[in-house]
Amino acid sequence: MADWVDACATDDIEEEDVIRFDHGSRTFIIVRDHEDNYYCTDGLCTHEEVHLSDGLVVEATIECPKHSSIFDCTNGEVETPPACENLHTYPTKVENGRVFVEI
Amino acid sequence: MPRDYDLLGADAKSAVANGLVTEDWYRTHLDRKTMKALMKRADQPAIWDTVVLFGSMIAFAGAAIALMPSWWSVPFWLSYGVLYGSAMDSRWHECGHGTAFKTRWMNRAVYQVACFCMIRDPHCWKFSHARHHSDTVIVGRDPEVAIMRPVVVVRMAANLVGLTDMWDGLKRMIRHTGGRILPDEADYMDPVFFAKTIRTARVWIVIYAATLAAALLLQSWIPVLLIGLPRLYGCWHMVLCGWLQHGGLADNVLDHRLNSRTVYLNPISRFIYWNMNYHVEHHMFPLVPYNKLPDLHEACKFDFPAPNTSFFDAYTEMLPALWRQRKDPDFHIRRQLPDTANPYHDGPARAAA
Repeated sequence: MADWVDACATDDIEEEDVIRFDHGSRTFIIVRDHEDNYYCTDGLCTHEEVHLSDGLVVEATIECPKHSSIFDCTNGEVETPPACENLHTYPTKVENGRVFVEI
Repeated sequence: MPRDYDLLGADAKSAVANGLVTEDWYRTHLDRKTMKALMKRADQPAIWDTVVLFGSMIAFAGAAIALMPSWWSVPFWLSYGVLYGSAMDSRWHECGHGTAFKTRWMNRAVYQVACFCMIRDPHCWKFSHARHHSDTVIVGRDPEVAIMRPVVVVRMAANLVGLTDMWDGLKRMIRHTGGRILPDEADYMDPVFFAKTIRTARVWIVIYAATLAAALLLQSWIPVLLIGLPRLYGCWHMVLCGWLQHGGLADNVLDHRLNSRTVYLNPISRFIYWNMNYHVEHHMFPLVPYNKLPDLHEACKFDFPAPNTSFFDAYTEMLPALWRQRKDPDFHIRRQLPDTANPYHDGPARAAA
């Protein structure tokens, strides 16, 4: 059963930025968009398993730092190749200045 | 040691077995704030450069056509050709990365035009270049090795006028037109794009056929001097810059400081080449747009070998190494790092040697 996990403080992430969040043996990213919405997706690009936390956030998209595949963080959909497989996304909520992720 | 550059050959298998197909590439540490600033996209610089590029092409072509058949048209054709056959290579490259413009459709539009000029299928080459960044100069994995070892001087000379590249591009286009994807392309490309590649080739071949037909009907060289032939007579600048990217340096290593070269160039060459002379920087941080590469270069200087100071300086370093690589494919240049740098990350191949 999925649990809500305390991932980070809201101000750990700047506007239009991303941080890496490791939990157990898994790696995720927490993205803050330009309108202060928070998203959580798998942390590795579906193309070649590069850490997306080094990538570029524009609005609610994340761009892989190696091959420029772009994913929509709201639903994980890949928008530009070379990645062809969507990212998994995870529900998030903000409470008392903390970002929680349902993993 | 002999090298097999075939993507389906023996070295492709040994690269995997030897741990060279990995994400474990060396990266200079730059803080997140610096990286965010460097990666930030903008439309304005690339819009200006694109207006200048296409404006110059129209002006040079117009002057050349007006002066035909006089020999005075030749410098204008050569100027047009270098923008078509060389500047389009760098536009293909930067827009393929999606870093030239902030607005995505602008990247896509210029990418399509540049792909046509360079005779590079937009989908195949997107994946080919992704592989080049994953496995830079890893023998048997990198499909874009410009100078294979042992070095064959005649082959290099032929490519100064695009003979090998254009022949390869035409062959692939004709095969795609017939509905065929080549085995090396199938190795790096997602099958979902095969149909688009075939469709693109069929559109392009119609354009080339129409160009040829116009030349024959008009009994004029002008149509082919405008479309197609500049890929031959104008590619020399791309080739001269392209050889410097990795020529004479190490292969089968996991550190771009060992296999890539940064060279200071004059402003005209930097415009044509869109700053890809900062090549170590580009490979290490491919999301940084061309117009921010000089800033990235400054930020990384402490960790990189000194750049070559000019075309002449770079060729003085590279050519003797290439000459030696005709007979000794294992020979390569290994440059001194500054005292402030982290050690080279040779990777498992050298560690095991």
